[in-house]
Amino acid sequence: MAEVLAPEKKEGLFSKGNKKLLTDPLDDNNPITVQVLGICSALAVTTLVFPSIVITIAVIFVCAFSNLITSLLRKSIPSQVRMIVQLIIVATLVTVVELTLKAVQYEVYDQLTVFIGLIITNCIVMGRLEAFAMANTPWKSFLDGVGNGVGYGVILIMVSIVRELFGKGSLLAGTPLEMKMIGATPEYWINTTADGWQGIFFGWYQNNNLMVLPAAAMFLIGIIIWIQRSRNTKLVDIS
Amino acid sequence: MRSTKYIFTFVAIMTVVVALILSLMAVGLKPIHDEQEAIFNKKAVLAAIETELGKDVKARKMADDKVLNIFDTQIKQQVIDYHGNEVNAEEVEAKGYKGGLAEHVDMGKEKKKSKEDRIFPLYTYTSDTGKKSYIVTVIGNGLWDEIWGNIALEDDLKTVVGASFGHAGETPGLGAEIKDNTSWVKQFQGKKIYDKVGNYTSVNVRKGGARNPIFEVDAISGATVTCDGVTDMLYDGIQYYLPYLKTLSTN
Repeated sequence: MAEVLAPEKKEGLFSKGNKKLLTDPLDDNNPITVQVLGICSALAVTTLVFPSIVITIAVIFVCAFSNLITSLLRKSIPSQVRMIVQLIIVATLVTVVELTLKAVQYEVYDQLTVFIGLIITNCIVMGRLEAFAMANTPWKSFLDGVGNGVGYGVILIMVSIVRELFGKGSLLAGTPLEMKMIGATPEYWINTTADGWQGIFFGWYQNNNLMVLPAAAMFLIGIIIWIQRSRNTKLVDIS
Repeated sequence: MRSTKYIFTFVAIMTVVVALILSLMAVGLKPIHDEQEAIFNKKAVLAAIETELGKDVKARKMADDKVLNIFDTQIKQQVIDYHGNEVNAEEVEAKGYKGGLAEHVDMGKEKKKSKEDRIFPLYTYTSDTGKKSYIVTVIGNGLWDEIWGNIALEDDLKTVVGASFGHAGETPGLGAEIKDNTSWVKQFQGKKIYDKVGNYTSVNVRKGGARNPIFEVDAISGATVTCDGVTDMLYDGIQYYLPYLKTLSTN
């Protein structure tokens, strides 16, 4: 445990290195498209935009604070049981999120019950704890957690926008901002003029049921990875 | 490498701290959770009589105090048993439901009892014009887990005013549509629970499209098991209320 890094302690809060921790997971080291972690939940929750946003916020919170706590405890966590300790920290934070959501937004909680619990098994959280928080200072770990949470969320929201738009013809369904974007107007929509903006384009469009199924998210993430790699050649594995 | 003693101490302290935080939070938030859950369930009951509440009313998006106000002033809560007799509040409390009102009855628990021992909540809504609607609660099985619903009947006790469904874990976009797809649920409005000659049919969810417009509605494609579950749930569930509804119509 040689503290070789000690002289660098005077680093600013948002120094170049720290900023990189925040921005790297958005592109070069994106948890979904590059590290290929957290795919399971990305396939499951992205049918609608609003739940995706809620999950994103929850993952950012859990990721950032579990990184912070693990990093604070990193010198006292016995290495033999470190995974179990990490799991306890993650599970605690997820339960905190769940209890809070149940009190504040019961409708959303009702929609997301299963998925919130599944954040515990989200590989991104555990992956970052093992790979980063166990070896870095609390502030850096916190930034890394936020960065990875946001990197995860960006992909999640991108995928969910496409899926909701083409699968249901709407955006942000289930919120006061609910918007009808494309496709024929169902009867129930005409009767509720008070609710949100309606822009009806392409009345002939039939909702694509494939988009509602998890397989669509698989294709979409594949397409995102393709676009990302053809733009960012650094990521291409030339072996 | 740490000593075994250190590991045990560390884990023990950690467990106690975590348990303390979580249990304090769970206990502290319990009243809010209960209140939220009760309002959520009341909204589901009101969703069944949405058309009676006025034009453009969305029960699920209604303000909380408005929901409670309707429940206080316009809804009468009763509990009935398998034989069609009314069960009074003390007996309901004796069965373990604190409060003794229809809203306190846990259908999930009742489902596990034998038919004869079950009790059923019944809500009677009186509109501003004096028109009555009877809301019955049903429970059944979907594909993955329990499904439940509230069905409102008009004062002729035959015609469905509306319905609302809920589920514990149906597939989003498929089985979960029974709750989320308002246009599907709207199909129940105006259906009858008896056929032309007066035999009890309840409302059936028919795969491939409704054939008999009197008591059938279209199923959701891709959710056959959930839809069959709805059919069974409605058939069994509404049947339990028939003895009481019969005494109502003779009075």
